Amino acid sequence: MYRSHVMVCGGTGCTSSGSEKIIEEFNREIAAVGLNEEVKVIRTGCFGLCALGPIVVVYPEGSFYSMVKAEDVKEIVDEHLLKGRVVTRLLYDETVHGETIKSLNETEFYRHQMRVALRNCGRIDPDNIEEYIGYDGYAALGKVLTEMTPDDVIKVITDSGLRGRGGGGFPTGRKWRLAAVNESDQKYVCCNADEGDPGAFMDRSILEGDPHSVIEAMAIAAYAIGATKGYVYIRAEYPIAVQRLQKAIEDARAYGLLGKDIFGTGFNFDLEIKLGAGAFVCGEETALMRSIEGNRGEPRPRPPYPALKGLFGKPTILNNVETYANIPQIILKGADWFASMGTEKSKGTKVFALGGKIKNTGLVEIPMGTTLRTVIEDIGGGIPNGKQFKAAQTGGPSGGCIPASLIDTPMDYDSLLAIGSMMGSGGLIVMDEDTCMVDIAKFFLQFTVEESCGKCAPCRIGTKRLLELLDKITSGNGEMEDLDKIEELATFIKENSQCGLGQSAPNPVLSTLHYFRDEYISHIKDKKCPAGVCKSLLTYRIMADKCKGCTLCKRVCPVGAISGEVRNPHAIDPAKCIKCGACMAGCKFGAIVRE
Amino acid sequence: MKSLRELQAIRDKMKASVNTREGAGEGKMRILVGMATCGIAAGARPVLNAFSEEILKRDIHDVIVSQTGCIGICQFEPVVEVIEGDKKTTYVKMDPEKVKRVVVEHVIGKNPVTEFTIGAMK
Repeated sequence: MYRSHVMVCGGTGCTSSGSEKIIEEFNREIAAVGLNEEVKVIRTGCFGLCALGPIVVVYPEGSFYSMVKAEDVKEIVDEHLLKGRVVTRLLYDETVHGETIKSLNETEFYRHQMRVALRNCGRIDPDNIEEYIGYDGYAALGKVLTEMTPDDVIKVITDSGLRGRGGGGFPTGRKWRLAAVNESDQKYVCCNADEGDPGAFMDRSILEGDPHSVIEAMAIAAYAIGATKGYVYIRAEYPIAVQRLQKAIEDARAYGLLGKDIFGTGFNFDLEIKLGAGAFVCGEETALMRSIEGNRGEPRPRPPYPALKGLFGKPTILNNVETYANIPQIILKGADWFASMGTEKSKGTKVFALGGKIKNTGLVEIPMGTTLRTVIEDIGGGIPNGKQFKAAQTGGPSGGCIPASLIDTPMDYDSLLAIGSMMGSGGLIVMDEDTCMVDIAKFFLQFTVEESCGKCAPCRIGTKRLLELLDKITSGNGEMEDLDKIEELATFIKENSQCGLGQSAPNPVLSTLHYFRDEYISHIKDKKCPAGVCKSLLTYRIMADKCKGCTLCKRVCPVGAISGEVRNPHAIDPAKCIKCGACMAGCKFGAIVRE
Repeated sequence: MKSLRELQAIRDKMKASVNTREGAGEGKMRILVGMATCGIAAGARPVLNAFSEEILKRDIHDVIVSQTGCIGICQFEPVVEVIEGDKKTTYVKMDPEKVKRVVVEHVIGKNPVTEFTIGAMK
């Protein structure tokens, strides 16, 4: 019996800021003071508050230590674990209130959250199947196999109102029903862990922090549709997630929770990992299945839908990681419980990966319908450095932006679609006044141009031409008629591309053009970038009256574009200037302006 | 594993262990063992471990066993505070044998063991 548990975050974020070293230090220091029989060190999944990593939580007190360094470990062991004195200086400052310490659930970051898909992330050791079982793991599979018919299972999932969390938002129960009714000698259950949106990392975090929930859910899905074989398609760029999932599958097999005759009910199911090479298009279902089959990852026309002819031509369902992570809870707590959260058409919770110009970068899970304002101002802690909120981008390269004027929009499938964005997989990138919206549109379009598989012309050629039009505008050569051309081309690409990649690729362009048309016009007519981002439209100038002639700018300029004598005003040669901004950053007198 | 009963057995075993992490909840009884230098020197560590073991052995789930620092009555160490709501009982000069009675009579029976409290010392 361990009286104290030290939970150290082993998610990708905290691992890259040194949590492995911290675990080593804890084990060493705890052994050094002879507490190794009393205190247990556990490597967990992501806590969500990645901005403050590496994170260490000590139970039973629930002390939340943030930005812990290896050098701090000895102090925590000597003071907290040995003598019972919480090391206040290392606590997350929001939990410290004078003499008293608030629990984590009372902090702004966690207070508004409701963790269903992430419930075990940060709470269990993902490499220990028994800890998952300790939190009711595999109880849902047991219930399904011994008390429910496949039809019952599908009914519960349908009634819960769960919709796909990967982007499209298709009702999960209906998807299962379509595959269940098709007769076949073999059916397949697949999991889409090919998380490709820039900035989204919820699927990775679930697989790193709670892999068994996905395995259990896939077994439940297999029982519901009559499949015996499953595949998890995961990108090879997620080494920690792959490794933990692999261990989880092996452990589940060893415990008889995967394999033949599970729980003695005669139900057989086994699971295999397929590594993807990180092509964005392989997140599309037909391309993903072709890739599992060993072919080039390219989409094919639908119908037939995978529910009829999917993997190896057999009926197949494909769900996203986060969708699966909800399933065991729905089975255990019931459809009504799940449907009581969220809005009328978007039930339950959604995980968002909060990034960009925001204080609390990280992973948050909120009930559907929570407003963007709550996410940004309360949970996210607002915009750093006193800057103004300008827009938020949801849905990654397939989504659109939400301008500051719509900050009270509820975050659910239909409200986001109505304002020209989309839920997508849940990437949420916050932008402040220093972000140029034309540049952002260009960034996402560049991504889709690179990731287009090239099979159909509207996507392959259309997105490239669209990007060229944006380039023309940001380089100062835009004409007003280009805006009409952009709209025409974007609409054509959306209507004529074969798969979701092309059909949604113009969204970031259309939505920024809709909400920030003025900014496009400034680039074209005034040849100015209001946010000061697009280099071709910027000039740096030294104000002669403020320049003291200290020669610093002349020395830091990497291309020798600045001339002038000591104690005389300097000048920049625009022909040589590469607009790197080094002179402006270096000037001590504020004599250099960017305009 | 071939039956739900086996799953249940693992769950029960692990519940007792992971319960340590559910501590921060409101309304639970908290047992705080004084673990400053004075407490440790007087034998607070065996007292703390005795509490952990008794709580586990008797399958009690709604109690948190934790540590605290020095409360300034070093001559009475090991000191243990049992806090439930706004009621606080302070036990002094504790040892593993006394722990068993406190767990049975106070934690389970809800009757503080008056003879071990600081009031009985005066």
